[in-house]
Parts: sequence; structure tokens; C-alpha cells
Amino acid sequence: MSDIEVIKKEIVEQITNASDLKALDDVRVNALGKKGRITELLKTLGSMPMEERIEFGKQINAVKAELDTLLTNQKQVLETKQLNEKLKKEVIDVTLPCRPETQGRIHPISKVYEEVVAIFSEMGFEVADGPEIEDQFHNFNALNTPPNHPARQMQDTFYVNNDITKEFDKDSAYVVRTQTSSVQIRTMEKKQPPIRIIAPGRTYRSDYDATHTPMFHQVEGLVVDKKTTMADLKGCLYDFMKEFFEVDDLKVRFRPSFFPFTEPSAEMDIGCLKSKTELKIGTGNDWLEVLGCGMVHPNVLKACGIDPEEYQGFAFGVGMDRLAMLKYGIPDLRTFFESDVRWIKNYGFAPLDISAMTLGLSGNGGLTR
Amino acid sequence: MKFTLSWLKEHLDTDANINEIVETLTRIGLEVEEVVDPASSLKGFITARIDEVEDHPDSDHLHVLRVNTGKEVLQVVCGAPNVHKGLVGIYAPTGSLIPCYGETLKVAKIRGVESMGMMCSEKELMVGDDHTGIIELDSNTEIGMSASSVLNIDPVIEVSITPNRAECLGVRGIARDLAASGLGKLKPLEIKKIEGTFESPIKVSIDCLEDCPTYTGRYIRGVNNKAETPKWMKDRLTAIGLRPISPLVDITNYINYDLARPLHVFDADKLKGNIKVRMAKDGEEFLALNEKSFVLDDKALGICDDEGVQCLGGIMGGLNKGSYEDTQNVFLECALFKPECIARTGRKFQLDSDSRYRYERWVDPMSNISGNEYATQMILDICGGEASKMEIAGIENFDAKPVYLRPEKLKTFIGLEVEKEKCAEILSNLGFKVEEENGKLKAISPSWRGDIECEQDLIEEVVRMIGLDNIPLCSMKSEGFPRPVLTPIQNNIMVIKHELASRGMYETVTFSFTDSSIAKYFRRGNEGVLIQNPIITEFDEMRPSVLPNLLIGAKNNIARGYPNMALFEVVPEFYGRNPGEQRTVASGIRVGKTDRKEWTGSTRLYDVFDAKADALAVIAAAKGPIENPQITTDAPDYYHPGRSGAIRLGKNVLAYFGELHPSVLKALDIKTNVVAFEVFVENIPTPRDNKSKAKKRLELSQLQAVEKDLAFVCSKDVKAVSIVGAAKTADRENITDVRVFDVYEGENLEQDKKSIAITVTFQPKDKTYTDTELEALMNKVIVEVGKKTGAVLR
Repeated sequence: MSDIEVIKKEIVEQITNASDLKALDDVRVNALGKKGRITELLKTLGSMPMEERIEFGKQINAVKAELDTLLTNQKQVLETKQLNEKLKKEVIDVTLPCRPETQGRIHPISKVYEEVVAIFSEMGFEVADGPEIEDQFHNFNALNTPPNHPARQMQDTFYVNNDITKEFDKDSAYVVRTQTSSVQIRTMEKKQPPIRIIAPGRTYRSDYDATHTPMFHQVEGLVVDKKTTMADLKGCLYDFMKEFFEVDDLKVRFRPSFFPFTEPSAEMDIGCLKSKTELKIGTGNDWLEVLGCGMVHPNVLKACGIDPEEYQGFAFGVGMDRLAMLKYGIPDLRTFFESDVRWIKNYGFAPLDISAMTLGLSGNGGLTR
Repeated sequence: MKFTLSWLKEHLDTDANINEIVETLTRIGLEVEEVVDPASSLKGFITARIDEVEDHPDSDHLHVLRVNTGKEVLQVVCGAPNVHKGLVGIYAPTGSLIPCYGETLKVAKIRGVESMGMMCSEKELMVGDDHTGIIELDSNTEIGMSASSVLNIDPVIEVSITPNRAECLGVRGIARDLAASGLGKLKPLEIKKIEGTFESPIKVSIDCLEDCPTYTGRYIRGVNNKAETPKWMKDRLTAIGLRPISPLVDITNYINYDLARPLHVFDADKLKGNIKVRMAKDGEEFLALNEKSFVLDDKALGICDDEGVQCLGGIMGGLNKGSYEDTQNVFLECALFKPECIARTGRKFQLDSDSRYRYERWVDPMSNISGNEYATQMILDICGGEASKMEIAGIENFDAKPVYLRPEKLKTFIGLEVEKEKCAEILSNLGFKVEEENGKLKAISPSWRGDIECEQDLIEEVVRMIGLDNIPLCSMKSEGFPRPVLTPIQNNIMVIKHELASRGMYETVTFSFTDSSIAKYFRRGNEGVLIQNPIITEFDEMRPSVLPNLLIGAKNNIARGYPNMALFEVVPEFYGRNPGEQRTVASGIRVGKTDRKEWTGSTRLYDVFDAKADALAVIAAAKGPIENPQITTDAPDYYHPGRSGAIRLGKNVLAYFGELHPSVLKALDIKTNVVAFEVFVENIPTPRDNKSKAKKRLELSQLQAVEKDLAFVCSKDVKAVSIVGAAKTADRENITDVRVFDVYEGENLEQDKKSIAITVTFQPKDKTYTDTELEALMNKVIVEVGKKTGAVLR
């Protein structure tokens, strides 16, 4: 074996034995550095005769290249080893929880508002709103409910003194609207038929017990044109209920009733299954009253300057809180208004839950968390 | 309105069973609220005979019976005084549920003697009121029969009567409606004319025919009010929840519910002089039957004798001159009072009665004389006595205007074709006088109907008899594609809610009322809008701001152990009492920390910049200008004076934000920090309707932007916004962004100074900056900031 082979063998051994990058680098310097053994050998080339020089040169360059490759490979091995050791020390318990973030909520009332708007917009209804402190003309008189009308006794009204420089006078006082029907009146005062509106909003009655709160939410609807009949009323409300409850088939029943502002008047019941623990819409043999409706009374049209011989239409009113309770299984009305964060978290909706007929009316915003 | 099945059948000849009747009632608009049928709880109860009676060995009133059920003979211990051998009664076997007690009967040892089941009283089975002894049936009754087949069981039906159907506040009215719907035949009501044998010593006169058009009276002498009210009447009254009192009272109550015909009976011996119907005098006193005393006004209708008001007409009798057990001579009143007068007086003095309820709606104006005859006969039958001739003041009159029905209206108004003949038949059955006139039906309403005024009223009568379920369902279609239906404001409100929710806030809904003792801090100088008749004192003001209710909600959550929260609501606040003096506010509060403590330590207290960020996010959600509004430091005084601000466009305030004032929190007893914002949604200017949906053209430079940091020292009262603003305007061409990265006060700075450090981003356009160019640009910034704010480079 030539010297060079011996040197090579020794260096290869050193490379293989180098346990860390530092040791490996020392081997490199010793072999290929300025004063390295291979470098030293190269220096001897100059003093060699030409033929020998070519031969030896080839030989030594081959060894050098071989060592370079070995060194590079070994460096990679050692680097990987070192990294692995480093990573081993960097272990984190990934079962720990993430940084907290709170997903907000949309209140069920807003959700139902959006659903109601989505459904009625498909039927060409616009959304109207109006003042919540009202004069008695818009809240009662224009709705065919004169001061001594018995219907005015059916609901206890909140009053606001209309003129604080004078003593309170119930007959001229303002009321906190008992129904959003006042919005219907204001709409008809401003606009000539055809009219198709819904008026969702807060309403107020002096009642506070297990099933009543002094403020609650109603959506009323009004259609006035030359041709709308009670059959349209029935179809419209049937379609609404079916879409709202997102059931394929819904049993409904219309019963004659009485409201001063409609004639004929009716109440609508939907078929359901009542048990002690739950209420299921769209199945079963029980009835649940959900809304009041009727053909707009000619006196109401007249009060708004619309000729009842030329125009006719229907109106309805339904409790939005009640719709929310029925659809989403919320047992107690009073809890809607308590701002209890546990309640809002449980019964509220994800911020991305969008109410649109084409997206599915509910439950399209991902899971709440 | 309650009645029993047998009572209904007094007026209605029908084979229909209870279920058919109940279904029909609801279908024709007399909504059934409840049916109580005692028979349904009597399964297993059977007839049985007492074969032997022995004294209980250990009791002086208990007996030990041998009870024969037809199948077996059982030992039963019984305490009823009326037990005797051969008595056939109702036996409840062990295991049955006794309706009255709601408990299951077990095998019991009563004073050492085993008892298998029990013999029942009427009351125990809830089929009557009698609890003096066990039921004694006819001794020939077969034993082993089901109890419901032999007992006289009368189901009670409760219907809700709408205000327009006052005649159905009498059983006869209900029977008439059922008959008209085809469920049977209305039986004739026999009313005999009673001539009277003598002139009434008490005469009647009316001063106010407007409010009392008719008053009939009759003197009946020698009545016996100690007589027993007949069992059938007592049973019916009891069944509908009225307590039998004395025959005279029971008769008036009965007729009130039977014919919707209110009556009153005076003790004639207590009346002084004649009866005069007049308005009370202002200040006149009246002691009512309910033992309450009232000071009347001149709009209250009094039935008076020489000593004053003895009855508040149509509402309530007086305590002094009513009929009692020893009453011997009576004066019967059957009169008509007008709804407006009754309603006003009843409301004013808060007096409720069955009479008021009926008069307020409608009492058949043609039923005064006949009602008097009917009641007199009943009094004579039950209490005996001798009737005088009838006294009549005023006249009985019902002048119904004819109402016309165009039968084709059924098609055009209801969407259901009904033949003219059918319409006429329905109306006739309901008591209308119907004639055909030029193709129309001319209908004159019966006197018991006060609600028929227009064609639609007649349509309703036809429709409810035909059944609303027979009207077809017609879907309504939008014309063309559905269009956006929300106004810009309505749309903004919806987007704002979702924006705030996606910022981690919880939407709440609180009442529009709030507590004036808290609201007073939030009125911003306006007058409080107080509710005249609040339901509770905590809800006595229309909220001048939404914050009080959010804070009350926060306080309750803190009390429940949830100290950290972010709540919002987008609703109106009320700044005045007139209709429309309300504005929509997006309000929110953040309370405590961003979360409970957690292992990364990321949670922190909410501060004013959270509220500011919320407010700006709301403005952006409503497409408002967030680049150029001013931030001023003049928020209302319920905010911390030094840590709050207003976001405005000149005079137009878009929002307030800040920490809440500590004294406001103290008043609410909230001990944690609270930041809040209020954005006035209608104040946010709507962007000009730019039809083009294209986005602003994006121009991207190929050259790298240069960021330079500059630290300034300035007076403490210099606002960061003025330094940033000055820097931005120093060279609008080249400066694309200015950002504050450090604020410092303290050591190394003079007492009244602070340091604000900014990063300025320079964006070269065509070629990279030379050092000189960059230096010149930075110098521009330093000069401009110095000029505008007095700040110098640190």
C-alpha cells in the first residue's frame, strides 16, 4: 500500500469516528486545511518530475475528492443527529389548550328577525319600522279601536305623559306601542297601494309573569292591493310557517276570531306533538296557536285615506319570541331578556350563521364554540 | 265563559256527543279552552251494595261494611253517617285514584280493621258538592256497573268569547250558534207574561236616557229567600265556579249566564221612595256589595232612592239595600245600560263584575221586558211570593240599519265561491232578517248582535259557518326576482350585529325600560321619558341610553360568578317623549378581562382601546368613514373624563367610547372595570350610491418601501393624532403610512413632557431613494411635526 493509501485510510477512519461537528471539522482541517496532510502532499507535487507528477496528481486529487464527499456526507449525518437531539429537547405538551378566543353570539330574536325577513322577502314583502312611543291615533283609533272599545281593555297599555308641563291625561297621553300595527298605519299614510310590508319590532304590554314580559317582539304583515283575498292570506301564512319551521309538511288550522282591525278575523294553529318534555312541530295531533290575522277592516283603510271599495288586503301578527321558543326549544320567555352569558352562549347563534332561503335558513354558520 | 253539557242541552236539541260539540265550537269561532269531564277520571269505579253494617270495635263513628260488587264481597271501613244495609253507592277499589284527593287508594288498616277500598261521596268523585255522606243511588240500581254510566255526570266546557260576541256570554247564544252551524235545533224559550196582581209601590224614572234607555222593575212581595235553590241550578253554578248563596242571588247569576241578561234585586223594604236612574253627584258616596266605599263623580250612573245611590248601574249593587236571607219583599231590576258609560265607570273605579263584563260588550236591548218576565217567573217558582205589575221607564228599541251583502264578494274578497241562497240560509239561521234586493242580500241583524256594521261582518258570519278550512290556500309569489328588502339603515343594523358578534361579543336583548335611578346618569342633558304606569319601579323610564341595561346585565352576570364578558345590543334609545324621538344605537360593554387567566398569560384587562376599536368596527360595518373622522375628548360625563372620546364628523357625533366613570359604576355597585361604546347608527353618513361595483384600482410599486423610526419629545397635552397627522401631511406623495410604536413618559424627560415615537413608511415611485433624498424626506417630517405640535426630535 502506498503512503497515500495509508493516509487516506487513516483519514477515512477519523471521519467515520468523528462524533460531532467539531471533531469532524478538526479532521477536515488536519486533512485538507492549509497545513493538512493531503495539502502537504500536494505541495510536494512541484518538486516531482513531470510524469510522476501527473500520475501522483491524479491519484491525490481523486483521494481529495473522495474525502470531500465523505466529509460532506458525514457532516450531514452529524447535523441531522445534532438537530434531532436539539428537537428532542424542544418537546411541548401539545395537549395544552390554545390561547382563549371567544366566539360571539347573535341573539335568537335577531336570528328570527333575519329568518322572517328572508322568507317574506321571497314573497315580495318589504320591511317597515316606526316609532315605539306612539300617539293613540296610530296605536288604537286608526286601527278601529275607539277609546271605549272592549279590545282596548284586553291589553294593558303603558302610558307616557305627552306634555310634561301639564298633568297626565290618559286620553291625550302617548302610549308605548302595544302592537306594531301602528307601523301599518304609518305606511298606509305615506304610500298608496299596492303595499306589501312586514313590520317586525318591539311591543309593550303591562303584563309580567311566567309567560308574559312587558316587552316582547312581534312581526306584523300587511298586504293591500286590488285583488288579495283570504285565500292568499291562508297560503302566505301556511308557506311562511312551513318555511320557518323548516318542515316538509305542516298541518294548519284557521279558526274564526276577533280583532278590531280585521274582518273577518282568524287565528292560525299549527299541528304539533306535545309531550311533557318537548314540543315537536310538523307532527302529532295537537294544536298550537301561533298567530292572529284577517282581512283589513274597511275602517282601517278609510282612516288611512284608502278607499275600501277599491282596495282590500290582509294583515297578520305573530310573536317573534314565541317563534324562537318553538323553533329552537327555548323554554322560558323571561330568560330572553336577562343578559345571562350562559344563556346567550347556549341559545345564541354563531356570527357567521346567515339566514337566507338559498343557504338553508338556519345552521349554516358552523358550530358554536 | 263556562257551561255544562246538560245546560247547553237545555237550549239545544242535539244528538252530538261532547267531542263533536267541542270541535264545532272551535270551528265556528267559540274557541274551546278546556273541557273538564269527570267521567274520564272514574274508570274502575263501580256500583256496589252494602250487605252488612257493623260498628267498628274501636270507634264510635266508624262502621265496618260488607260491600258487594257483584263479583265479590269486601270489607270496607267507612265513616259516613248515612251508611245502612242495602244502600247502593259508588265503590272505589284499591288502586284507584280518588279525583278529589289525587291519591291512589291503598289497602289500609283503620284502627286495626282492614279496609279494601272505599265508598265515595259526590265531592270525592268531583261530580258534585255533597260531602255529608256517601252517594246513595236508587236501591234498584244494578251492582257492578261503571260509575259514569249511573251518575249524573255533567262535563264542563270553557270557551273563550271574543268581545264582538257578547250574546255568547249566555249559554243560549252558544246554543244558537251551534244550531246555526247544523249541530242541532235551538229549543224555544218559553217566557210567560206575568200580569201582576197589584200596582208596584215603587215607581221608576230615568233622568239620563242616553246611558240608560230602558229600565224595568217589579215588586214581588212575600218571597222566601231561605228556600233551597234547586239542585240542578246549584250544580250548574258550582260547575262553572260560582258559589250558591241564596235563591235570589242564584237566580240572577243563573240568568246572567243562561241568557247573558244581567239583573239586580233590591230588598224593597230597605228602599226609601222611588227608584230614579240618574248620574251621581260629584262626591256622592256609594258603598258597594264588595264592602268597598267609593266617592262617585257625575259620569257614574246611579240607581238611586231617596237616600242616594243604591246600585252602580250595570256594574255592582250596593251593600245596604241588597237581598239577604231574611228579605221578604224585593224589587227586581232588568234594565239596559250603554257600554261607554259602563266601561268608563268600571275602569274609573276598578270594579269588575259579570254584569259589567256583559254590559260593556252588548246586552240585547230587547231583553228587558222579557228578561223581567222570565226572572219574575223563576223567583215565584223558587221563592214563592206575589208579583206586582211591571214598572217600565224609557222604551225598548233596537234600530238596526240594514247591511248589504254582495254574494260575489265571497269570491273576490275571500277566494271562495258561496251561492247566494247558502249565504241567505246561514244568515237566517243566525237570526238575521234577510231579503234579496237587486241581487244583494239585505240583512237586518237580530237585537242580540251589536257587532254587525258592514259587509265584511256579514262575510265573516258566512265564512265561519262554512268553515275557514274550506277556503283554499293560495301561495303568494314575488313579482320577478326577489329584491333586497332592507333599507340601508336596517341593513347596517344587521351587519353591525354580525360584526360585533364576530369580534367575540354576545348580543343581548334588554327591555326598552330602565331604572330611572340609574338612567339619570345617562340622560345627556335631556328630560327623562318616564312611564306613567310602570309595571315595576325598576322599569319606570324609557332608556335614554342602552348602557344602563347592559350594565345591569353585567352586574347580574358578575353576581352569578361570571366577571368577564362582552355584551352588545343594537336598539333604539329615547331622547324625547314624542313619537319618533328615538335613535338606533349600537352599544356594547366589555367588562373585566379578555378571558379568565390561562397558561399562556395572554389575558389582559379590557381598556379604552378595545371600546374604541369596537366603535370603529361598527362604523366600518355601516360603511362609514373610518379614515377621516375626528377623535375628540368630549364624551358625556358618564364616561371617565380622561379616558374617553367621541368620534365625530364636525358637529355630527358618530360614537362615544371610553372607560365608564367610576362614580357611575359605584352607583351600580360594579367593582370591575368596564369600557363601553355607543355608535349612533343613523348618524353614520351613507356612502354615495356608486353604481359601479369595481374596487379601487390597485397600483403596486416594484420598489421596496423604506421604514424610518423617529422619536419626538413634546408637551404632555399634545395628542398622538396630531403628530401622526402632521407626519402624514409632510409629504403625501412619498409617505404611505405613519404608525405610533412607542409612547413614553418619566425618567430622562422633563415633568410636563412625553416622547412619542413613530415609524414612517416612505414608498419610492420610480427609483430607489438616494441617502440625500431620504434625509430630505425625514427632515420634512421633523419640520412639519415641529411646526404643528411643537415636538422636537429626541
